[in-house]
Formats: sequence, structure tokens, C-alpha cells
Amino acid sequence: MFRYRRVPAGVYPDNDTPAYRSSEKRAPREPPVAIPHTLSETLGPRFGAEALRADANDMTCQVPGGIAQGQRILVHGRVSDEFGRPEAHALVEVWQANAAGRYRHVNDDHDAPLDPYFTGAGQCLTDADGHYAFYTIEPGAYPWGNHANAWRPRHIHFSLFGPAWGSRLVTQMYFPGDPLLPFDPIFMGIADAQARERLVSCFDLARTEPGRALAYRFDIVLRGPAETPWENRS
Amino acid sequence: MSVLTPSQTVGPYFHIGLDWPDAHRLAGDSTPGTPIVLQGRLLDGDGAAVPDAMIEIWQADASGRYGSDAVSGFRGAGRAAVDANGRFAFETVKPGAVSDAHGTQAPHVNVAVFARGLLVHLFTRIYFADESAANAADPVLTCVPAARRETLLARREGDAWVLDIHLQGTHETVFFDV
Repeated sequence: MFRYRRVPAGVYPDNDTPAYRSSEKRAPREPPVAIPHTLSETLGPRFGAEALRADANDMTCQVPGGIAQGQRILVHGRVSDEFGRPEAHALVEVWQANAAGRYRHVNDDHDAPLDPYFTGAGQCLTDADGHYAFYTIEPGAYPWGNHANAWRPRHIHFSLFGPAWGSRLVTQMYFPGDPLLPFDPIFMGIADAQARERLVSCFDLARTEPGRALAYRFDIVLRGPAETPWENRS
Repeated sequence: MSVLTPSQTVGPYFHIGLDWPDAHRLAGDSTPGTPIVLQGRLLDGDGAAVPDAMIEIWQADASGRYGSDAVSGFRGAGRAAVDANGRFAFETVKPGAVSDAHGTQAPHVNVAVFARGLLVHLFTRIYFADESAANAADPVLTCVPAARRETLLARREGDAWVLDIHLQGTHETVFFDV
């Protein structure tokens, strides 16, 4: 039997966050029903190299004929579970706005320019110790309609599966010192200030590539079983 | 103290990074089991279609086995962006009953809902209305108040199994604390 701890209150945001206006008609009103952790919750889909697109780990040069505009950065970190075990050979999916704060998406009507050489979609695999890395450009902040003069802080969206259906995580990586963070209802929707700070990447001088790219480190911790599968599997 | 990385919303532009071609197709002609289409709509508290959401599913094969234990070629995982009318559809096989230390679970498909407006994705399940006896003994369904269980029961319409997911309202779908 695998044992997963419940996520402590305040660590994940509450869907009922009125300051985030899109939640008003979408956040369930009934409390979630706690269910046992059956095989359905403690096993989960695994995606590895077979899911990887070519050139997905360098978002600065995915379009032939040019390179993406903006500050080139290396984003890297380690994916592990809450007990420190690496999430090895696992798929990391990312997407983001371009350097001007514009998404290559039909519904993004912000009048900032599109960059013909930036798709905004990336992927990479973690290595045997859970480390991942990809190149991209620093995304721009952008306005949105949540409230008067609302701007999203610069961020990169991340999607990970982890060891189980219950460890699925979609999140956003932010940048250190972004003055927009305390005004963002999505970031501030996380009640626990220490948990919030775990979404802010660290500038990483040691991994900065001279003459080429700045570097940011973003470690990701997923839910994991309290015991390793082979200890108790009958 | 928890060290978990918090969740954030998938936002309205997830298609850029997460929309895989054919990810809604879990099974092919040679996959053992009964082929089914699993479909429905995602609706908000006003009963309006949610047009910018992603549904992921995770299920056992026709014999009730998951993942690497499942029949060759059946991963058991699917992903679909809803369309402008909130519709999703998966081509799969009907899952078998799953047995573990919690007992025997009725055939079910595990569902995660991601959308703008949801800071954390929602977990639910889809069961099959024709499995009355198995459903009545299911260790997860029996955690759900009886009056709300029908929000998890897909019904047969022609070749498809259909269930709408209501984020709010009088028919609010049961979501799980996993």
C-alpha cells in the first residue's frame, strides 16, 4: 500500500479565491469529498522520451530563419517528491508569453507584438537525478482584465505528472524581485507565504553562460509516497 | 512543514504547451476491450459552457490493469482541450473493475479538470450507469452522499457514454480530495 499525505491547508491555493475573478463561476461550492488512495490515485501516467518533440528544450531557436527576441535565459532545477526522491526521466512541459508579454494564442488580444521566431512552447526530460534544463527568453509581464490596471507578473507555466495520478501538478514559475507579485491574485491565492516563495525562481550566477545566457533555478517538489513501492508491494 | 511546490492555474493559453495531437484517442482498433466514446460538456455555475479548459483522464485497461501492467499499447492516459461549446470526447475502451486492498472498484475513469479560474485542478471520476451492482459496492462511490452519486454516472446515448461536468450549481459534480 502506498501512503500519500494530504496536501496541508494553505500550501495549494484555494479555488474559492474571489480576488481572482475567473473563479467566481468556476470554483466548486461544495467541499471536496475525501476518498481513499486506491490504485487509481497511487499509480499514474508516465511520459518520457517518446513524448518529446525535436528542439523542444531550446525555445530561442525553434523557428527556422531566426532567433527569438529577448533576454536569453537558462531555466533549470530538480524535480523530486516531498521525501527527496528524484523524479527521473520525466516529462516537463512549459509554455509562456514572449518577451513583449504576448502569447501566440488566438485569444490573446494584447496589442504587444508577436515574435515570428518564438512559439512559447517547450519540453524537456529530467535526468536520472531529476534535473531538467531548457533555454528560453525571459517572458514579459502583460495586462489582464481581472481588475483595474491588473498585470500578470512575468511567469513560465509548468506541467508535471509525478509518480501518481494524485501527484499531478500544473504551476507557474516567477522571477525574483518582480514588483508585480504582491498585487497578483493568482500568486497571492496561496495563503502560506513560504509556499508562495517556492514559486519564485533564484537567479543562478554559477549557471549563467558567459556571453550567452542568464540562468534561473526553479526546483519543483511533487507529492510522493511515504514508502517506496517495493517495501510493501505484495 | 510541507515542502510541496504549490499549484497555479493552467490559464487560458495552455493550448500552446499542452495541446497534443490525438491525445484524446487512448485506444485503437486492436486494443482489447469494448470501444467506447466518453464525452460530455464542461459547464460553469450559470450552466454556460466553459470554452477554455482541459480534461485529462486516467483509466485501467479492459482487464482492470493500469499503466505498465496494462495490455501492450494501452497507456490509459488521455488529454483533451474542450471546444468552444465546452465539449470533450475521448476514444477509449471501457475499463475493467480494479481490485486492490480497498476492495473491488467498479469500472471507472479518473478525471482531472484544468481551467482558467481554477487555481488547482479538480479530481473527479466517471462511472457507468449500467454497473449498478458494482457501483453500489465501490469503495470510492460509497464515500459520496447517495443523493450526489448520480453526478458521477455516465449514461449511454447511442455509441457514446455521456456525462456533463458541472463546476457549480444544483447539479455540481462531486470533486475529490485526493
